Amino acid sequence: MKSTIEITEEVAGADDPWTDGGQLSYRQLIWRRFRKNRMGVIAGALLLLFYILAIGADFFAPYHYNEINMRLRHVPPQRLHFSFSDGFYVHGLKSVRNSESLELEFTKDLMQRHRVEFFFKDAKGRRHLFSSAGPMFLLGTDRMGRDLLSRIMYGARVSMTLGLVGVLLSIVLGSILGTISGYWGGWVDNLIQRIIEILSAFPDIPLWMALGAALPPGWSSIQIYFGITIILSIIRWGGLARQVRGKVLAYRESDFVMAARAAGAGHWHIITKHLLPGCYSHIIVIATLAIPGMILGETALSFLGLGIRPPMTSWGVLLEEAQRVTVLLHYPWLIFPALPVLVVVIAFNFLGDALRDAADPYSD
Amino acid sequence: MRERYGLNAPLWKRYLIWISGFVRGNFGESFEYKREVDELIWDRIAFTLIISVGSLIFTYIVAIPLGIYSATHQYKWSDHFLTFLSFVGMSIPAFLLALSLMVFAFEIFDVPLFGLFSAYYEGAPWTWGKLGDLFKHLWIPVIVVGINGTASLMRIMRGNLLDVLGQPFVQTARAKGLKEIVVVSKHAVRIAINPLISILGMSLPGILSGSAIVSIVLGLPTVGPILLNSLLNEDIYLAGTLIMMLSLLLVIGNLIADIALAWVDPRIRYE
Repeated sequence: MKSTIEITEEVAGADDPWTDGGQLSYRQLIWRRFRKNRMGVIAGALLLLFYILAIGADFFAPYHYNEINMRLRHVPPQRLHFSFSDGFYVHGLKSVRNSESLELEFTKDLMQRHRVEFFFKDAKGRRHLFSSAGPMFLLGTDRMGRDLLSRIMYGARVSMTLGLVGVLLSIVLGSILGTISGYWGGWVDNLIQRIIEILSAFPDIPLWMALGAALPPGWSSIQIYFGITIILSIIRWGGLARQVRGKVLAYRESDFVMAARAAGAGHWHIITKHLLPGCYSHIIVIATLAIPGMILGETALSFLGLGIRPPMTSWGVLLEEAQRVTVLLHYPWLIFPALPVLVVVIAFNFLGDALRDAADPYSD
Repeated sequence: MRERYGLNAPLWKRYLIWISGFVRGNFGESFEYKREVDELIWDRIAFTLIISVGSLIFTYIVAIPLGIYSATHQYKWSDHFLTFLSFVGMSIPAFLLALSLMVFAFEIFDVPLFGLFSAYYEGAPWTWGKLGDLFKHLWIPVIVVGINGTASLMRIMRGNLLDVLGQPFVQTARAKGLKEIVVVSKHAVRIAINPLISILGMSLPGILSGSAIVSIVLGLPTVGPILLNSLLNEDIYLAGTLIMMLSLLLVIGNLIADIALAWVDPRIRYE
């Protein structure tokens, strides 16, 4: 079966999905339609890039995220220069104490040039894609003199995986309960649907806040991470379960399920082999569209100080520093972590939209 | 001390005592403010309601015309522009929008956008002047809270209207020689707008959540900041009452939405 599909694809070869639509599997059709959506493909590629940067943050970031320089607090972003003799370089920093606010302020020292070196080896012997022997803070530093760019890259690890893990949890929960609800019906269905209704009637952020505050203060970073993940997925599985239930209800009475039942197939076999595969594309689309909500949820929680706790870092933790307007007016670069949040959330929305269009058999 | 707040009993017992008090209107005592919860929450709930209802109205007033425009100009550049805008609007977290608006207002207009009243009216008794001052401050949180909802509602309106515009009765109306504007406004929009009313109930949680977090950033005297405070200080009776109240508001809102739907669409009957 599989080999015939591959052959027909080779023969047909063309990008037009309709010339040989009958011989392609559903998944191949989806893939073809998805490839045609330029925004979706760009969004997918962008997300892939972000995940690679996040996973390889040890290498891609110029510094470690917790490298503290108390003498270089709130350094503004430095500009990258290029010259043929030095390659890429940044100017050195001169610190001047402001006579009014008594704070250290930094200006660039034009006499000094710190070269940006690629595959830089730092004092601890770790390799970085690019870094410099002198201070080089392309996005500035925070109140403890830590490089913001590096912190954003490391923060991506938490912020971007938390959404994935959370959605995975709600997929598992939602699919199981949705299938049970749709397949068996009756009072089980009634009970599960009422639970979902109750959950969806909660205002999510206040409830997350309450649950986040309830996490014990003694927990380690990893425990907090999973705690937050579970909190975020507790409310969100309901929507998925609804959708799966709808699909299962529709398929339950269809001929192929009747045939399987008549042939003596057990419940487990029918559910896993006949019902769930029909929901896969649906589940993937809903999951993709649910990820941005989770990322925003984590960001909001950490922003309020109820989510991820330092020393672990996430985009929300970084934004927490920018919470007060007075701080933001003095050090406007602290708002930078908002940019990746926006880009990732928009990208997920576009990707989910493209997948939905591709998975819809009635589109175009 | 523990005796006074009844903290010696096990958790489930305390919960039972509290919840039985709650239904009788006795919400317990706040540890932090040393006052009855009852005295602390009502005007905050009122402000929350004002902002939420305001954003709801803003959402519908802005989203429906934009959605109609977008659908009737499908695939023109203005539609693409609005689509992009709505994606950004759906993606931007409300607290970020509030934060940036505040910085902008401070940089450009040199006015601090903090709170719901000017310093002059803070704590003053209610007068017409104070009411006017309230409205002067109100529009920013209302817009900030409403942006996310507006963006997604616009998409839904666009999709609905496009579906309706493809139906035979619209073609009939056009074939009769009706003007396009009459076809759209009298025939298509009336049908396309119906599902939006049932969405009303679903968009309430988002708006209440949004108002909570935006209020924290903007320092508004709504439920949000006091809830955050009570959670950070483990002020359980206050926090519990606030969350209970927010959930109650939602349930009531959903009920109103359901009634509105039955009222608007005669095909829907709850039996």
